[in-house]
Amino acid sequence: MQSREPRAYAGWWLALVAILVYALIPVVWLLSLSFKTPATVSDKKFLPQDVTLDNYTTLFEGGLDSPLLRPLINSVSIALIATVIAVTLASFTAYAIARLDFPGKTLILAGALAIAMFPQISVVGPLFDMWRALGLYDTYLGLIIPYLTFALPLAIYTLVAFFREIPWELEQAAQVDGATPWQAFRKVILPLATPGVFTAAILVFIFAWNDFLFAITLTSSDSARTVPAALAFFTGESQFTAPTGNIAAAAVLVTIPIIVFVLIFQRRIVAGLTAGAVKG
Amino acid sequence: MSTAVPPQVGQPAVRKAQRKRGGPTQTTDRTKAERKLALMLCAPAVIAMLLVTVYPILYAVVLSVQKVDLRFPEESGFVGLDNYAAVLSSPLWWQDVFNTTLVTVISVVIELALGMALALVMHRALFARGLIRTSVLIPYGIVTVVAAFAWFFAFEPNSGFVNGLPFIADDKAWFGNRQDAFSVIILTEVWKTTPFMALLLLAGLATIDNGLYEAAKVDGASAWQRFWRITLPLLKPALLVATLFRTLDAFRVFDSIFVMTRGSQDTESVSILGYNQLISRLNLGLGSAVSVLIFIMVLLIAFVFVRGFGTAVPSQGDRK
Repeated sequence: MQSREPRAYAGWWLALVAILVYALIPVVWLLSLSFKTPATVSDKKFLPQDVTLDNYTTLFEGGLDSPLLRPLINSVSIALIATVIAVTLASFTAYAIARLDFPGKTLILAGALAIAMFPQISVVGPLFDMWRALGLYDTYLGLIIPYLTFALPLAIYTLVAFFREIPWELEQAAQVDGATPWQAFRKVILPLATPGVFTAAILVFIFAWNDFLFAITLTSSDSARTVPAALAFFTGESQFTAPTGNIAAAAVLVTIPIIVFVLIFQRRIVAGLTAGAVKG
Repeated sequence: MSTAVPPQVGQPAVRKAQRKRGGPTQTTDRTKAERKLALMLCAPAVIAMLLVTVYPILYAVVLSVQKVDLRFPEESGFVGLDNYAAVLSSPLWWQDVFNTTLVTVISVVIELALGMALALVMHRALFARGLIRTSVLIPYGIVTVVAAFAWFFAFEPNSGFVNGLPFIADDKAWFGNRQDAFSVIILTEVWKTTPFMALLLLAGLATIDNGLYEAAKVDGASAWQRFWRITLPLLKPALLVATLFRTLDAFRVFDSIFVMTRGSQDTESVSILGYNQLISRLNLGLGSAVSVLIFIMVLLIAFVFVRGFGTAVPSQGDRK
């Protein structure tokens, strides 16, 4: 422990405030911008002088044809499906790597690492061409496939790190005590593995939720366009008004779930992000 | 998820021990069964990864030696290395390589310094650890496009508050010249990714034995000396891994430039160039040549890191 002098405390308070300001300024700014009226958008003030909710309501006017509803549904569905598939496949692989003995383990881990660093722009052209030929262009599946693939390395590394920590002997011990294999798996192994699987799922979801490059290159309409891509194509109500307020409101709406996620799961996210990064 | 696995297949550790002692080797059947199961479990993920990366990159190589322009489909045909010659002799390509390198180097250097400071604060925090960790995760979690819009609107003269601050001209056009536009782009990159850097370094700091600091203190080393002589050398592996990851990530910079300038004011990155050729101009041949060249550059950067700096690739495969 450091010295507990008042001066040290003052220093820590200062650092804490600096970090909070650093992290929150853009978020508070978007929030403030989203409440500004069109007349005050350009007043160069950080906080809104007149508050309006119009920027939010216009986003959903017209139901499914509204600017944001379809992209929001697309984003949530695509990210969720990609997460479920990626975590399932990664669990199989991570189980094999953590628990079974076979040649090629290191090769798979190295390959996964290479894909984590892969320049995605390099496959955009071929995927664009292939997806148009296969009928996957502008569909959910067309985005789910690249998302789950590029998220696999992250999921595999996180899960291998978690699975290695599981005391697998407990499974045998439970069976010795009279549990069936299914009971041993469900009551002993599953509860131990769930936190890792969950952590991997959070990281994959954030990854898919964040993507922009694939979303703008492999879609052409609202039928599969996700929120980040839709934001970039927002237009004002007339050609003379900039959609600043609407973009800010939509940005706030897609940021809130992430902040809630982070608040609830910060410990797991940190554990997952740093899994395997320092041990090597 | 691993329900399909019967519990009796495991126990590699036991068998390994037997083998070391020169024990019975008639377990080959079980070894075979175990290998088969392992390959079956790994196959779906491996096939998915190969299908979406290796196959397309090979396809990109094929496209890059042809003239494939979707606006003029009848003119398609083999052209050899013409596309590469066209790209490599274009000043725009070299300008974009320079821009990308500039953004990468400047943002990674700032992130290293800032991330290190942040990691030290988090490591030694006297109170509110959870609060600090939660707040630094916010930039990490925010969608890159959203972060780019937030900073774009903050600086843009028609909507921003920055020009309303003291000492800054009311009508400063941040996106009207190269230097200011790059500053805002780099600021966005740094803001968004410093927390990731800090978390990786924090995990590295946690592995350093506290006794070393106590011993150094007893020997009369100052805080500064302890940082340079103990923290930095022991943190080298974590620093290199974090730098490698961030360098390759920064080299792909696309989202924030797309949102802020779309490459105007000479701020185009190689990824934006690839996008323009492939998607805006539908010139798959030329665009694929750009794609392949970017891929080669990323390979080179990774090679330099691994060979030149001896970056330890985090492979957990060989530790049991």
